[in-house]
Amino acid sequence: MSYILIVGAKSDIAKALARQYAENGYDLYLAARDSQSLEPLANDIKVRFGRAIECVELDILDTDSHQDFFDGLVEKPLGVISAVGYLGEQAKAEVDFKEARRIIDTNYTGLVSLLNIVAQNLASRRCGFIVGISSVAGDRGRKSNYFYGAAKAAFTAYLSGLRNRLYQHKVHVMTVKPGFVNTKMTAGMDLPEKLTAEPEEVALAIFKGQQANRNEIYVRWIWRYIMLVIRLIPEWKFKGMSI
Amino acid sequence: MKLQSWGRYPSCNGKAYRFEDSEQLLSLMTQHEQLIAYGNGRSYGDSALSQAMVQTRSQDLFLSFDSQTGVLHVQSGVLLSEIISAMVPQGWFLHVVPGTKLITIGGAIASDVHGKNHHQAGCFSQSVVDFRLMLPSGEIIECSKKQNTALFQATCGGMGLTGVILDARIKLKPITSNVIDQTTIKTRNLKQTFEAFEQHFDSPYSVAWIDCLAKGDNLGRSLLMVGDFLDKGGLEYRTPEKLSVPIEFPSFALNRWSVSAFNWLYYSKVTEPVSKQKVTIDGFFFPLDAIGQWNRIYGKQGFTQYQFILPKECSYEGLQLILQAISDSGKGSFLAVLKLYGPQNENFLSFPLEGYSLALDFKIEPGLLPLLDRLDQIVLAYGGRIYLAKDARVSKAVFEQGYPQVDVFRALREKYQLNKTFNSLQSKRLGL
Repeated sequence: MSYILIVGAKSDIAKALARQYAENGYDLYLAARDSQSLEPLANDIKVRFGRAIECVELDILDTDSHQDFFDGLVEKPLGVISAVGYLGEQAKAEVDFKEARRIIDTNYTGLVSLLNIVAQNLASRRCGFIVGISSVAGDRGRKSNYFYGAAKAAFTAYLSGLRNRLYQHKVHVMTVKPGFVNTKMTAGMDLPEKLTAEPEEVALAIFKGQQANRNEIYVRWIWRYIMLVIRLIPEWKFKGMSI
Repeated sequence: MKLQSWGRYPSCNGKAYRFEDSEQLLSLMTQHEQLIAYGNGRSYGDSALSQAMVQTRSQDLFLSFDSQTGVLHVQSGVLLSEIISAMVPQGWFLHVVPGTKLITIGGAIASDVHGKNHHQAGCFSQSVVDFRLMLPSGEIIECSKKQNTALFQATCGGMGLTGVILDARIKLKPITSNVIDQTTIKTRNLKQTFEAFEQHFDSPYSVAWIDCLAKGDNLGRSLLMVGDFLDKGGLEYRTPEKLSVPIEFPSFALNRWSVSAFNWLYYSKVTEPVSKQKVTIDGFFFPLDAIGQWNRIYGKQGFTQYQFILPKECSYEGLQLILQAISDSGKGSFLAVLKLYGPQNENFLSFPLEGYSLALDFKIEPGLLPLLDRLDQIVLAYGGRIYLAKDARVSKAVFEQGYPQVDVFRALREKYQLNKTFNSLQSKRLGL
């Protein structure tokens, strides 16, 4: 069966995605820094679904290593899903460019490097898919997280361009924009229950969306309309708001 | 943060914490004195509510499975639904499942849950090979029926008051089909219902839905459903698509007339005295899981489930009195479930004993608590007890009379200093 490569595999959404795809008969490459720490998850999926799982070392910030990383995958993946995300510390990033750069490079630059390589491969094989998990935070910059938001906005635009380019090569690209998700990244935040998805819910939405070749999905779907409203607020009004 | 369990009654102001490893868990244990483990929030009342709740759902790894012995090793936050999804296609099922699969392994042990096969298979703890329990001292103790027996017997049914279960090894049972061969028996009154239970004692699974608003000659009329896995059939398994109750119903939506009408329709839909069906695992074991957030139909005030059990020799008399009292009060319930249980086990606070249990859902409204207090007295008079996993309101005195081993449990809590760390709203109410 075909392999799916999940990058940023340590996140809660990635964990749920890995199980979702394995349950539906796919084998997996799980990639993250310190791939050793992925072994318990790989073992979990083997016990549950009996699929082949390989944990691979990948540092998304070490762009020079990306070509070797991809060349090292013996069977090339049919689909690549990016669950890479680094929220970072907004206040620190305002005064410390290193933090700002880390947010930008993790959420955007590093992924461009990797997905460029993936795109070449899939385009030459004329099949497969790329799923990029971006964020509703990229739909409009807000003072509470605009470094993260700006990087995600760039990633969203990149995915849109990539979708446009790869369409003629029969490679599908889907953009995912989760709103609030109950994960390690948001632990301790008091999130509104009705707007907050569980990682399993996000994974199921991604799986279904990808199988149906959707271009862009929001999870939960209500976020499409919330963000529509937020985008419609005129800038002269928005600049004084705290949302 | 407002926290609730499945009954949405009561609410508790508290904070929920997650942990990634035993070090983080230990630091939570040392920081709090009112701590309780919270799995998937499916106990009904206040047994998982406290000032500080340690969420176990992130501990959801499968660790190993031995297909020779059928022993599955999982972390305590794994849901029964996950085990079913993964293991049915491999030809295995849990020995004991309650009416919902959306509970964690830790919760199943802490409530020592039971299912439609209690009369043959006993409680969940019967299929537990062993588990690792973390105490506030940081010690991690392996408990089984043979090793650290007292802690095992206190933890199974101990409502999370003995520490946090980290992982457990569970024995599964082999199945060769994903289809249940079900027989539905329609009875006209309580006497017939009891006779039908006795007649079908050899069926591995049995449960009755009872029309608790029926009066007079019809008092206790039921649909008894019995069944077992077929020998042959596929093993594919798909979780059915869920419908969901999208909004909270207004609290007047459920009243004696609407519930009566529902009950009449439900009972009358079955026309044959005995009929046979082939049903899916989910249709047979977890019919309510198909409707997401069904607890919303009881409105903003929430609801409570009243579940009691009476010893077999006086079940008939006691149940008649209780059904009469409920029917007279007009406070009916869609979900009145009657079941014949097998012998009790040795765990200090496990609910089941040999006899009949009835479970009823009531929306929270004026007059309900006094009615339940009256029912408590009948339950006690006949030597019965109340199920803690469903409870949000029973008094200390009523609870203590029903559970003669409560002082053994308290002494163990004292011995391991568990009462200095693990407390829930329920344990404080009951002085556990």
